[in-house]
This record gives sequence, C-alpha cells and structure tokens, in this order.
Amino acid sequence: MNLEFFVISLLNGVSYGLLLFMLSSGLTLIFSMMGVLNFAHTSFYMLGAYFAFTISSVVGFWPALVLAPLVVFVMGAAFERYCLRRVHKFGHVPELLVTFGLSYLILELVQLVWGRSTVPYGLPEQLQGPLFTLYGTQFPKSRSFVMLVALLMLLSVWLLLTRTRIGLVIQAALKYPEMVEALGHNVPRVFMLVFGGGAALAGLAGVIGGNTYVTEPAMAASVGSIIFVVVVVGGMGSLAGAFLASLLIGIVQTFAVALDYSLIHAFRLVGVAVTEQTFGYPLLKLTISQVAPILPYLFLVLILIFRPKGLLGTRED
Amino acid sequence: MKFAIKAVAASVLLVSAGGVFAQKGETVKIAWLDPLSGLMAAVGTNQLKSFQFLAEEFNKKNPAGVKFEIIGIDNKLSPQETTSALRSAMDQGARYVVQGNGSGPALAIMDALEKHNARNPGKEVLFLNYAAVDPDLTNSKCSYWHFRLDADTSMKMEALTTYMKDLPEVKKVYLINQNYSHGQQVSKYAKEMMARKRPDVQFVGDDLHPLAQVRDFSPYIAKIKQSGADTVITGNWGSDLALLIKAANDAGLNNVNFYTYYGSVTGSPTAMGSAAAGRVYMVAYAHMNLPGPLNQIVLDYKKKFNDDMYTGSIYHAYTMLSEGFVKAKSTDPVKVAAVLEGMKFKSFNGEVEMRKTDHQLQQGLFISKWEKVNDKYPIDSENTGYTFVPVKYYEPYVASTPTSCQMKRP
Repeated sequence: MNLEFFVISLLNGVSYGLLLFMLSSGLTLIFSMMGVLNFAHTSFYMLGAYFAFTISSVVGFWPALVLAPLVVFVMGAAFERYCLRRVHKFGHVPELLVTFGLSYLILELVQLVWGRSTVPYGLPEQLQGPLFTLYGTQFPKSRSFVMLVALLMLLSVWLLLTRTRIGLVIQAALKYPEMVEALGHNVPRVFMLVFGGGAALAGLAGVIGGNTYVTEPAMAASVGSIIFVVVVVGGMGSLAGAFLASLLIGIVQTFAVALDYSLIHAFRLVGVAVTEQTFGYPLLKLTISQVAPILPYLFLVLILIFRPKGLLGTRED
Repeated sequence: MKFAIKAVAASVLLVSAGGVFAQKGETVKIAWLDPLSGLMAAVGTNQLKSFQFLAEEFNKKNPAGVKFEIIGIDNKLSPQETTSALRSAMDQGARYVVQGNGSGPALAIMDALEKHNARNPGKEVLFLNYAAVDPDLTNSKCSYWHFRLDADTSMKMEALTTYMKDLPEVKKVYLINQNYSHGQQVSKYAKEMMARKRPDVQFVGDDLHPLAQVRDFSPYIAKIKQSGADTVITGNWGSDLALLIKAANDAGLNNVNFYTYYGSVTGSPTAMGSAAAGRVYMVAYAHMNLPGPLNQIVLDYKKKFNDDMYTGSIYHAYTMLSEGFVKAKSTDPVKVAAVLEGMKFKSFNGEVEMRKTDHQLQQGLFISKWEKVNDKYPIDSENTGYTFVPVKYYEPYVASTPTSCQMKRP
C-alpha cells in the first residue's frame, strides 16, 4: 500500500463516512428525543433526492438545496402531528410499525410519480469535475461538497442544541417532559419540530447523496440497514457516537477493499497448508475485500455482544 | 375420372392449406416471470414493456397468424418465487414461459418444467430464456424444454477476447465482478481465454464484490489505479455497473478502458454520460442503432415510453416462435419444440441457428464503443446524447463455443 493509495482511500472513506453521518444524525436525534426508531428515515433521504431532482430542474440546484429539505421537513412534521402522535399512546411497537408502513408507502409513491428506473439527477456545473489532483488521482468536487455540508450541518446542529434557547427546551423536554410542560412549553410541538428536523437532515443528505450516488427507488433500502448499524455502534441516541461510528465504518469499509487476504493466508502463516480439498474451502478462500460490504454488520454483532450501549452511548439498559 | 382427380387434388390442397393455417387466429399466452420489485425492478419493467410492445407489433404481422398475449408476473428475482409464479402462469393457461434476469430463477424454471412436462403429457410448457447467460444452463444442466436466445457468458467472452487480442495497448487487465455465478463465470472465462490468445497479458486484479450492495465504488477505483491496470473487464449490470463507471469518472481514471457486458441496460448510460466517451466497450448481439427490422421498433418504443428498447432477444423470441408455429403447423409446445431444434431463421443480426445439441442460439456478436451520436448512429441511450457505436462484428462461428450437453429427449 503506497502513500497515494492511502491518502485517496482515507479521503474516500471520510467522505463516505460523513454522508453516513448526515443520514444517521437525524435518526439519532429523533431516537434520543422521542424514543422512536424511525424505519422510514431513509425514505426521507430518498424523498430529499427526488424532490431535489424535480426542484433543481425548475429553479436550479442551489434553491433546491434549501427547498427540498424544507419540503421534507414539512412532510416529517405533518407525519408526526397527524399520524405518529395518534399511535404514540399505544406504545413502541405500533410506533415502529407505522413508520415501517410509511416506508413502503413512500416507496410505492416514488415509483408511481417518478417511475421505477434511475432519474438523471446531476450536479450543477460548479460542482462537477475535480477539486484537486493528488498523485494523479482526481478528488471530485462533489465529494468535497458532501464533506463540507456534513461538517456545517454537524456544527449547526451542535450549536442549536447547546447554545440556543430552543436547544435548551429540546434537551429539557427529553429528560423532564412534565416539568417542561408545566413551565409553559408546548412539548408535543417540540416533538413535532424535532421529528420534522430529523427528516429534513435525511432530506439534506438525499439532496447531496442522490447525485453523488444514483437516484433510484432502491436507494432508501440500500442505506437502510447501514444507518441502523451506525446508530447502534455509535450508541443509541448519541450524536457524537453516530459521528464516530460513521467515520469508522466509512474508513474501515474503504480500506478493507484493498486487503486481498483470506483465512488461507492466516493458516499459511502458522504453517497449515489449505487446499481445495480442505473442509470449508469456499469459506476459507473469501478475502477481506470480498466481505468488505458486510463488515459493518459483523461490527454490529460484536458491539451488541461486548458493548451493548455502543461506543459513546449512555443508556445502561 | 378427370373430375375425380381434380376433386382429390383440390381437397388435398385444401387440407394442406388448412394444415398450414391450423393455428391462425389462435391466442398464444406467454408467461413473463421476472422482477418488478426490488433493485432490478427498473430492468424488469423495461423488459416487460418491451415484450408487450413487441407482442402488438407481431400481432399485426406474423407468418403464423397467431395473437400473442403476455401474462407478466413478478418473481422478485428469487428462485422460490419463480416456481410459484410459474404455477400461477400455468393455471392461467400459459404454455410458453419467458424469463431472463438471473440464472438462479432460470434453473428453477427448468427443474420445474422437467417434472411438470413428464407428469402432465398433453400440457407441456416450453421455456424461452432471453437473458440468463450462465453457460451451465446449456452444458451440464441443459434441458430439452429450455431454449436460450441470448449469447452466453463464454460466447461473449470469446468475442471480446478475440477483439482485445489484437490491441497492443491491452497489457494489464483488472477483473471486477459481482460475487455470484455470472460474475464468477466472467472472471473464469476471461482468464482462460486470454491465456490462450494473449499469454503475455497480465491479470493485475480479480475482485468479486457482493451483488447490488456496494454504493460507493471509489475504493475499488483506487485499487484499480494502484494496480496499474490499462483495461478493466466487468460483467456487472444495473446499479453495480452504473456506480463503478461513475466512480471511475469522478476519480479521473481516464487512461483505463472498460470492457462490459451490459453497458446499455437501464441506469448505466446515464451514469456514463459524456465523461466515459470512448472508454467503455460492450459486447452484445445487438446495439441501439441496428438497421433493419429492429430500427423502427427501437424508434417507436422510444417515442411511446421515452425509454430504450435494449433487449433485442425479445425480437428473436417472437420471430422464432411464429416461424416455429408455421413449421410445426401447430402451437402445441411439444410439436414446436421438435421443429425449433436446429431451426435456422433470419433475425435482426443475420441468420441465426438454434443449435440442436444444447438449444443455444448461435448468433453474430457486436463489439461497440460508447461515443457521441452522429448521423450514422443517431439513436442515443437514455437521452444522454451518447450511444454504443459498433466497432466490430463477429460472425456466429467466431463466438461459438463447444457444449458438453447430453440432452435427454422425451
């Protein structure tokens, strides 16, 4: 592994990790505030991408960058207000199921409106092409843009939660809802805004992720499982944990691709020869690069066994 | 006496004429079993529309005078679902079944039909495979009731390596494929055939990645770059090819040529766009700008659906069936299967032959290159302004590969 490969892979890993963070931050926020595990979260990501595609074809990309998350915000808030709130009193399982149902509903709607195939959602001229060239490999502006937006988002969410009055109310509503209500704050409205906000963050990730990757109806399902891994590994409800976990998973997955080592190599090191006749050969010959995309799930299982509260989680139960 | 001879002659003529048109006006139900949901839904939807669209075309003019009717059922790309979909199709009276996405579901149909046809004489069902390309389907696992209209992995690799062997710039080849039967076959045949034709070519990488799971191919691109490869061979399709090419474009990997199987399938043309011009090749039995009977169909399809008609083997299916009906003087699958064996017919890529020994269509193959549209090749893919322009045509014998099929005939 030479320096060029190392640096480029690190950049790729970090930018992928930051996109994962944008996706999982909204989920984390909603979970930590309301205790709702939102199965439809990646559907909001997909909606963000499709809205941005439609809006940018009318008024251009930059307005879409703001408008698409706003539309998703309104939809998320409306869903909380008119749907989730009604099932809230029946406990966690109906809440989970209603978001599960919503994800299917959104998928079908998207296919009815935009069709089942890929839509040509591209970036504006300013964001196309390479930002800089490193040892002969270009680093695209689109990826740098993902990194920039993710970092700005992290900063603003953090400032909002810790430095503003709204943030104080949100944090208080999380721990002492009755007390906050007694002080005259409208806690259900805070929840509505938080849910809408979380959805909007996913929508923003969609606006950027939709053209860095591909905008198609399966895009929600394809990131659905990985963001749950991020949230669990980082620690349920911990924003900093989600940040750490996304970067970790992004980088691990990127570097694993380069490692063409299998268990056969490991056995060879200790002097055991493995041939095609050896028991379990198909499993032994799998290289790390081949299993790279499923490594996060292995990670998930290990975390659940050895540190159930996640890397930076605070919940003890 | 003279009158008697005339009468006999006339009645013989009448009978034989009646025999020729025994099937005229009949409705032939064809069951289409492919994905309409999940990751491959876009491809399946396009192909179902193509089947329906071509049914209308062939209903207007086919030599057998039959009416084709398509029953489309979602098999969710799963062999289990395919088996139950097949049962439902047979209950609806379909005696012909078509499928193409994935060799797993194809094998499930072949297994089910072997049993069904043996147990239900008089109700036999025939399987036309229009895109599942695992060579095993016409070799070790071949079946009398299965006919393949696409060229299989080994045939396409034969054509591709024949083209590449004359290119001095091909020195270091990188293989990247999906980790399941098709991808593994591409990797295997690429190494075998290249070693035979150009032993000096080095394979600097051989990656197998999970099917339809990788969202970000830039790590693989970084790896390809590090390996110093000048050529990539990939059998990837759908999002796996689109994202691979996109990542290569983003990283500015512009000194590496890509040799693909499925460059024109939904999603990939958009991902390639202008950035991949001149660097992506495809091997296939057709291309978008083929003159002749397919041309008007491609144009009409585009006008009607604003989408590409890229599965030319569907045209093979209708041509072969209607000519088979005429020859067999019947639409009964048993009689039709008997005449399809070894049948030669004229299709859009010249005369093709359904080889008797293994039921693999022998056909010419094109190598084409992703280029800007021009006067000669005006039809673009996915409204990108770019299209696959043919650079080489290989006659059927070039791409023909031997078979090990020991067919059991009923």
